[in-house]
Amino acid sequence: MSNLIVSPSPHQLGTNSVKKLMYGVLIALLPALFVSVWYFGLGAIIVTLTAVISAVLFEFLITKYLLKREMTILDGSAALTGLLLAFNLPGNIPVWLVIIGAFVAIGIGKMSFGGLGNNPFNPALVGRVFLLISWPVQMTSWPTPSALSDKFLGYTDVTTGPTALGHLADYMRTGESMTKIGEKVPDFMQMLMGNMGGSIGEVGAVALLIGLVYMLMKKIISWHIPVSILGTVTIFTGILWLVNPNKFADPVFHLLTGGLLLGAIFMATDYVTSPMSKRGMLLYGVGIGFLTIVIRIWGAFPEGVSFAILIMNAFVPLINMYMKPKRFGEKIKK
Amino acid sequence: MNEVIIATIITISSVGIIAAVILYWASQKFKVFEDPRIDEVEEVLPSANCGGCGYPGCRPFAEACVKADELDNLYCPVGGNETMANVAKVLGKTAAEKDKMVAVIRCNGAPQFRKKTTTFDGALNCTIQSNLYSGESDCPYGCLGLGECVDACAFDAMYMDPETELPVVIEDKCTACGACVAACPKDIIELRPVGKNSRRIFVSCINQDKGGTAKKACAVACTGCTLCFKECKYDAITIENFLAYIDPVKCVLCRKCVVVCPTDTIWEVNLPVRKAKPVIENKSNNIKNSEVDIVAMAKENSADETKANENKTE
Amino acid sequence: MLKTFHKGGVHPPENKLSADKKIETLALPKLVNIPVSQHLGVPAKLIVNKNDYVKVGQLIAEQGGFVSANIHSPVSGKVIKIDNVPDTAGYKRLAVTIQVEGDEWDASIDRSFDIKKDFNSSSEEIIKKIQEAGIVGLGGATFPSHVKLMPPKDSKPEVLIINGVECEPYLTSDHRLMLEKGIEMLVGTKLLMSALKVEKAFVGIENNKPDAIKHLTELSKDFKGIEVVPLKVQYPQGGEKQLIKAVTGREVPSGGLPIAVGTVVHNVGTAYAVYEAVQKNKPLFERVVTITGKSLKNPGNYLVRFGTPVKDLIDAAGGLPEDTGKIISGGPMMGKALNTTDVPITKGTSGILILPDDESKRREVKPCIRCAKCVTVCPMGLEPFLLMTLSEKGLYERSEKEDVMDCIECGSCSYTCPSDRPLLDYIRLGKNRVGALRRARSMK
Repeated sequence: MSNLIVSPSPHQLGTNSVKKLMYGVLIALLPALFVSVWYFGLGAIIVTLTAVISAVLFEFLITKYLLKREMTILDGSAALTGLLLAFNLPGNIPVWLVIIGAFVAIGIGKMSFGGLGNNPFNPALVGRVFLLISWPVQMTSWPTPSALSDKFLGYTDVTTGPTALGHLADYMRTGESMTKIGEKVPDFMQMLMGNMGGSIGEVGAVALLIGLVYMLMKKIISWHIPVSILGTVTIFTGILWLVNPNKFADPVFHLLTGGLLLGAIFMATDYVTSPMSKRGMLLYGVGIGFLTIVIRIWGAFPEGVSFAILIMNAFVPLINMYMKPKRFGEKIKK
Repeated sequence: MNEVIIATIITISSVGIIAAVILYWASQKFKVFEDPRIDEVEEVLPSANCGGCGYPGCRPFAEACVKADELDNLYCPVGGNETMANVAKVLGKTAAEKDKMVAVIRCNGAPQFRKKTTTFDGALNCTIQSNLYSGESDCPYGCLGLGECVDACAFDAMYMDPETELPVVIEDKCTACGACVAACPKDIIELRPVGKNSRRIFVSCINQDKGGTAKKACAVACTGCTLCFKECKYDAITIENFLAYIDPVKCVLCRKCVVVCPTDTIWEVNLPVRKAKPVIENKSNNIKNSEVDIVAMAKENSADETKANENKTE
Repeated sequence: MLKTFHKGGVHPPENKLSADKKIETLALPKLVNIPVSQHLGVPAKLIVNKNDYVKVGQLIAEQGGFVSANIHSPVSGKVIKIDNVPDTAGYKRLAVTIQVEGDEWDASIDRSFDIKKDFNSSSEEIIKKIQEAGIVGLGGATFPSHVKLMPPKDSKPEVLIINGVECEPYLTSDHRLMLEKGIEMLVGTKLLMSALKVEKAFVGIENNKPDAIKHLTELSKDFKGIEVVPLKVQYPQGGEKQLIKAVTGREVPSGGLPIAVGTVVHNVGTAYAVYEAVQKNKPLFERVVTITGKSLKNPGNYLVRFGTPVKDLIDAAGGLPEDTGKIISGGPMMGKALNTTDVPITKGTSGILILPDDESKRREVKPCIRCAKCVTVCPMGLEPFLLMTLSEKGLYERSEKEDVMDCIECGSCSYTCPSDRPLLDYIRLGKNRVGALRRARSMK
């Protein structure tokens, strides 16, 4: 018998691991991936694969040659960043742009801060926003869902058109009333199933919700962030809509279009960049919901989820400082 | 076009002027008077901010020096007498002279001498381990080898020797700030005077167990056998709780105790080479240069001297 | 819905291997080593000398202060050594070594097997008996019991809670005690109630021990004021503050004692010891200890005299398995790893757990991913990740502000961490340093 091992308690360890959590999120993203492949075809596959492979590759190169640290690519976090980045891109975007996006996401968004656990901003969103600001044209020509036969023919030469939110922003500018816009945008059923223009992962509300249920069941995330974001959006747009239904879109429209569900379920809940306490999570969610709608309705961009999340990311240290979990027992006053 | 340029120049310059006025007014209004001597004293200090003087950093120490009437209780161990003389010159006071000190490690239980009987598997931090239990070997006094002293050293004057798993003090870099002494949860590190020509002799062990127990746990432990005590003609050695201690003031470096020590626990540093026993320049060199001898000797020692010691204690 | 506490908590696998093993009496050892400090507080003062002959139950060390406890000889025989020997942490502590000769009990102890249900002792008499018998909290904290029974004048106890939760995985000694000594334990509870002058007592038992719940519910019909409360299984429900919250819904204030919300908590083992002390005049010198482990041949529950080496207990259970990696005194969540099997069983030893090699090692530490799982599971509402960082950086004043001293060291954070970070190790370090800071402050 070898020497006895002596260590402080606890002597029993749970079954959680970083790998398990990261792969859990990846699994939760699969339904949405399936939906986008269904509607965007080859383009979705190419963009997703490029993003995932290049994200993992960049992490590998940086950890091996620049930081000279132990390898971390197998924990799944780089693959997850790549996948989330792809989900935020249009399905017809050139491959070289995807690679640049992955480099910015991993290199600047994550590794420059010291790798997993140290980045203040969601790396996938850093990559996405970098691309959006640098190449706005390519980043906003959304492929329209095509018929099955067209799907595997083309990649970059598919028909493109604005997203539902793009429609909304255009019409808002021209001052048309809501009823007219309602005819141009996809109907409720199409939105739920994902049959509309948009980035790879944001269409397909049902698929995203399946992912949410899976993650809640596996206790990968808690309900606080998604529910507070979606709740805030519903209440805020609901009030606006009740005040003037001719000028403002209804809550269901806001909930199902754009990247709101993707953002609320997968991007905002990113462990590293979200608050630690439950109360903090609620505040963070409310902030994201509020900012999203402010940007959508009064901002220059038709979509605001990415910016809202990044802005709230910046507030996370502050939230952690002031929103402490409720301690057990009252304090005794001395 | 011109109007635009002129307007811009005017606006920006006026903003600049207004800001300058406000800044000047603020700097006058909120000026805090500081004794200029504090800056002067700080200038001559080593600016290591190590805290060895007992103050949080060099500036607070400088403030204390300026405030104090006498410099007797203030001493910068890093700068030593020279720096204190400079401080005294700036302030027109006199500084007390102190012996230059150096940190010594009072444990020489490398793994080949001190067998590990358990394996520690917690956070790699000496204090955490010592709060949990006495350590991986049977010696409850010895070094844990997790290097908290090395982390505490602000001068890179210490490193962990991978072979002995013990810390090593680099004499030239050690400023005797005392950070390692405070960091060590086992109180193994002692600050001793550097000694004449940097020569010194000390007992490299703090084991207070009875001879037999100590020897069983570690082949190079001080067993309190009193041989060195009997040998010393200068009353420099005291034995308390089965542990010898050499008074650095009384020790004349005659080295007789080193020869008689049956467990090689007494260390001589920077003394000239002697034929019979390997000379110890500094700990790591010793192990590297004469590893074979020492291991062989230790084996011999532990074989016949454990018996001798047990007889002695009984 | 079953009662429980609602902040944090985890569900480690229960592994109650010895739940259906009857309590057996362990054979007397040849030598016993009795440390004078087996409890929280001041060590006891020795009153025997070398070569004295002592009987079973004879007082050998008197309590050294108010928060201290008497120690009685668990065996009869000759005191052969009074010396410093390594304690469970490997540091030298004063202990008495007795060579066992026969088994001669002190004449005043009632060794009959009949159950004495009735008593008419006053509160003071009961407390005095408990104090004399050297009873301490047998759940593992070893806090002297008489101190808990003498609350400060300005507070009034309202309810007594008997802790039969045994939320630690593997351990079954309390479970067996409730099944086999149910009536005695309930009489002990009655005694504690009259000592405290309270009318109501709850026995909190987790739902994974349905037989004990059923048995005690049945028995408690004869005891007025005692109610058995089944609780939902959740670790660390056996923690005093969590148990009070689960049973009464009251929250003990930070830094306060249970008495602040009118409650007093005692372990079932303590209740049984109180019965024996008051009704049978038998001081505390033996206890039920679980010996368990997956690769152990015969896990079981034994009545063991204090001072018996852990080795003897392991031998009785089939010997130390080949693949042993770690030996733990207590349960896997809060127990203490032993560095040798020579250490004696003492008042605080609720079980000996032997973990195989592959379950003993910690996993590699990875960077914190800020998943907040440690915050979610902390039953005290603390932020373990933050406390660990503060300890690592040496920012102990800030640690104190973040309520590090509220930590009950349940280990839920380290258990749940996906990056296998040694959270509790560093939190303990922080508690230690903050404690030292506070002591230094009060000295000033």
